[in-house]
Amino acid sequence: MSDETRWQDARALRDRVVGGEVSAEDLVGSFLDRIEREGERLGALLHVDRDGALAQARRVDGRRAAGEVLGPLAGVPVAVKDNLCTRGVPTTCGSRILEGYRPPYDAHVVERLREADAVVVAKTNLDELAMGSSNESSAFGPAKNPWSLDRVPGGSSGGSAAAVAAGLTPVALGSDTGGSVRQPASFCGVTAIKPTYGRVSRWGLVAFASSLDQVGPIARSVRDAASVLGVIAGRDERDATSADRPVDDYAAACERGPAGMRVGVVREALGAGADPEVIAAVGASIEALRALGCEVVDVDLPHAKHAVSVYYLVANAEASSNLARLDGVRYGLRVDAEDVETMTARTRARGFGPEVKRRIMLGTYALSAGYYDAFYLKAQKVRTLIRSDYDRAFERCDLVLTPTSPTAAFALGERVDDPLSMYLADVFTLPPSLAGLCAISTPCGFTRAGLPIGLQLAAPPFEEARLVRAAAAYQDATAWHERHPA
Amino acid sequence: MSARTRISVEEVRHVARLARIEIAEGELEGYRAQLDAILGYMAELDRIDVAGVEPTYHAVAIRAPLRDDRVRPSLPRDEVLAAAPQVEDGGFAVPRVLDT
Repeated sequence: MSDETRWQDARALRDRVVGGEVSAEDLVGSFLDRIEREGERLGALLHVDRDGALAQARRVDGRRAAGEVLGPLAGVPVAVKDNLCTRGVPTTCGSRILEGYRPPYDAHVVERLREADAVVVAKTNLDELAMGSSNESSAFGPAKNPWSLDRVPGGSSGGSAAAVAAGLTPVALGSDTGGSVRQPASFCGVTAIKPTYGRVSRWGLVAFASSLDQVGPIARSVRDAASVLGVIAGRDERDATSADRPVDDYAAACERGPAGMRVGVVREALGAGADPEVIAAVGASIEALRALGCEVVDVDLPHAKHAVSVYYLVANAEASSNLARLDGVRYGLRVDAEDVETMTARTRARGFGPEVKRRIMLGTYALSAGYYDAFYLKAQKVRTLIRSDYDRAFERCDLVLTPTSPTAAFALGERVDDPLSMYLADVFTLPPSLAGLCAISTPCGFTRAGLPIGLQLAAPPFEEARLVRAAAAYQDATAWHERHPA
Repeated sequence: MSARTRISVEEVRHVARLARIEIAEGELEGYRAQLDAILGYMAELDRIDVAGVEPTYHAVAIRAPLRDDRVRPSLPRDEVLAAAPQVEDGGFAVPRVLDT
């Protein structure tokens, strides 16, 4: 099979498999061959499961031959971020501390993919333990941006976004704590959805910040992202925070058209804080939405500018507690020592990279005696103010629009020694996360240097249908998402 | 500590100990300087009035849900132990914790 399948979307590939035009095994085989030829250059994948993928593809073909009704992702190759557990397949989180770890179970979302007859072909690169905005903190070397190999793909789900942008798979899963599917999607010119906290089960997602983590789809089209979200969303009793409420028909929402929706524009986000080329592209997208029948109103989020401080206190406090499980006792690396405390401290010294150490120490500091009120508690109170800003905004609009990132992809190495400048890359993605909203990033233009620019829409909790309704119509009216890297 | 210094080398050493991460003496100052810059930025929160504001520990209010208390199969012991660095008598082995 030639390159004709490379840029086809997941729904088209599924229809070809269901219609018998191509077997799942041949389809998946062609993607695996391409991954073998091109994967190395991009650094997007940490592990390719050729045998497991072909076995699953043959199962799908067998089900079709037996006359069974195939699932919504039948035969579709999917790449999965390497912080999602895959039974018997390495799951490293981009960290030396979990090098070689093979989980004894699948994450809930991986189970859901398999039940939908999708085929997991590879695990994707990420910032170590999902901590980063550039993929450079991965212990196994950074993924690169397919639009320009000397640029970062964003993070932390940089490998997933790069793989989809480069046509290595039509769709992928990432995880998003403060922007980790949206920002890499923006940098790589693809679409990603950060679902509402509780919309998707976190069972089998290696925890970073448990009050914020969500698994989300990355795809080249809004409709593909919507169909993957439909597969992974819903109640799972193994995650007590997964919401027991019906999952909307996201595919239908994509066809409804945005006429009459009110789009709230945060003027401050289009001011000095963003690159002029980003402001111009996002400004044009506002006009495109207006032309589609949306009403555009101005909204104000006066506390959103504090999101970087709040997020890096709250998320790292939670991380410092969550990551205590990586202690060299039950899985992963162990550095031997005379006593347990030294064994743990040396295991973590060798197993974690500098960014993870920095964050654990910052979180530990924020929770420690004498600093808890001044840092952690204060941050959680300012979080309330950020959330209240959105409550007020959503009285006047259905969606809140900002850029996804203040800049296009930056150069590899540019921010790696300056953690604070790295954190500021998340200034627009953090507020919706802290407020518990859902949000989407979708391409809205390119810089003169040919780098993608992303548009972020945020909606109230469990209103993912609004996101895809507006974004699918926007894609129908524009062609940014149809461009591919050379 | 000068007025502009927010965290000392001694505090970094203490926090690293609490977090169970061995940091070489020669690395302490590097971490201190980076943490100091980050905490310096975060000091902007000092200027925000939060009198009477309740903290948001979870963005989405979810009641603790109940499920049926059923016995279900656990992961097979041998598969779980296969991932462990050291195993003894069907359990995880660690250096001696108690003197006997």
